[in-house]
Amino acid sequence: MARHVVATAGEIPPGGRKIVTVRGREIGIFNHGGEYFALLNRCPHQGGELCRGTLVGLVTSREPGRFDYSRPGEMLKCPWHGWEYDIRTGQSWCDPNDTRVKAYEVTVEPGETLARGPFVAETFAVSVEQDYIVVEV
Amino acid sequence: MGATAGGIDCDVHPAVPGMAALLPYFDPYWREQVTVRGIDGMDLASFPPNVPAHGRADWRPAPGPATGTKPGGAKPGSSLEMLRAQALDGFGSRLAICNPLYGTQAVYNDHFAAAMARAMNDWLAAEWLDREPRLRASMTVAVQNAELAVEEIERLAGDRRFVQVLFLAMGDAPMGRRQFWPIYAAAERHGLAIGVHAGSAARHATSSNGWPSYHIEDYVLNAQGFQSQILNLIHEGVFTKFPKLKVVGIETGFTWLPNFMWRANKTWRGVRAEVPWVDRPPAEIMRAHIRFTLQPSDAPPDPADMAVVLEQIGCDDMLLFSTDYPHAQFDGDAAFPEGFPVALRPRVLVDNPLDTYPRLQEAMT
Repeated sequence: MARHVVATAGEIPPGGRKIVTVRGREIGIFNHGGEYFALLNRCPHQGGELCRGTLVGLVTSREPGRFDYSRPGEMLKCPWHGWEYDIRTGQSWCDPNDTRVKAYEVTVEPGETLARGPFVAETFAVSVEQDYIVVEV
Repeated sequence: MGATAGGIDCDVHPAVPGMAALLPYFDPYWREQVTVRGIDGMDLASFPPNVPAHGRADWRPAPGPATGTKPGGAKPGSSLEMLRAQALDGFGSRLAICNPLYGTQAVYNDHFAAAMARAMNDWLAAEWLDREPRLRASMTVAVQNAELAVEEIERLAGDRRFVQVLFLAMGDAPMGRRQFWPIYAAAERHGLAIGVHAGSAARHATSSNGWPSYHIEDYVLNAQGFQSQILNLIHEGVFTKFPKLKVVGIETGFTWLPNFMWRANKTWRGVRAEVPWVDRPPAEIMRAHIRFTLQPSDAPPDPADMAVVLEQIGCDDMLLFSTDYPHAQFDGDAAFPEGFPVALRPRVLVDNPLDTYPRLQEAMT
């Protein structure tokens, strides 16, 4: 496991995402209202590019005809078959025990801290003035 | 008989001989209407008595004199003595559930349908249930009108010999629609199952592509009719709303279930947000709430494949022993198709019927 600098903090606006390649893996980094989440860009169902899917809310129901809508933008729907995944955990809604997508730790760190290492930043020149998104892979 | 002794036969068919037999059970208004208007011949067009499958050769009454355009002989299933000897004694059944079919669910006039239902239920209680303690019954109701159907359920609920409310596989509208929910609420409240028997009220074409031409099509399409009912019941949320309700497919077959379950589960995973009250894969809901009578089994040509199909269905609770007497589904006493696992038979014969029809448990004590 190593910590990889993958983006500047300002690069992914709230509601936005960036797909990066780290150690040969494509990983989607999501900014959800200032919180960052990272998921492997591969749906465990059939291998679709999950992180290019639509972000939707969670809908549950206590009785027929009642739609309990919560957590807008926190469920990621695979563009291939529509399976939903929780961006916080990678857990699927339809098969939570057996189907989950790999989730990675993401942090935002000031350049000053990163300058002391250890970290990997193949494509970034880290400057002490900026904040950076760091994913642990 | 040895293979089925002590079982609970969940589908036998006492035949209504004709309107003359029901006349004493109508109120004076409807008795006069039936007589003055000459209403008779209410057998469902989808399964008329002269279709060979309607009566096994050895289960048909001896031919009598022909009348007019009708061939001789009473209808198969019209004799209590024959049903007693051939279905009850013949298979050693401790109980059998009567599913009479005589047009009520297909009548357009709601009030006449309700009068038919009352007459059929009272006829069945007096002429069959009172005379044979091993018989239980499905109640006929005017499914066309939930208010009238619930009235009839409430009228009969105290008679514990009625264990089920009978629908046809193809009716006015998909059974999951809310117009039917008062019927399910009443059924759940009184511990009655909902039976869905093969047959069509002929409100809509029996195929989703329009009207087919031949009897074989109507007959085979009943499986599709029942499949559409299962899908609709689950996805409209009937089992979410009525968690104790059981729905029994009668004469719809069941060996089509594996593919149907796989397709439903697969599709649900991607579009479940449309029906968030369906919070489990549809096949799980089928396994919990949908039951099937054994005959017709539509068994695979190679008997060894029967166990494979049951394994794929993945639940031992779903099948209920039935002979479908007097319909011709099998020869001799082979109600269990060849290859049907012996270890599963006791459940199908007794345990599953008792779980499906809680009122039957009262007869076991």
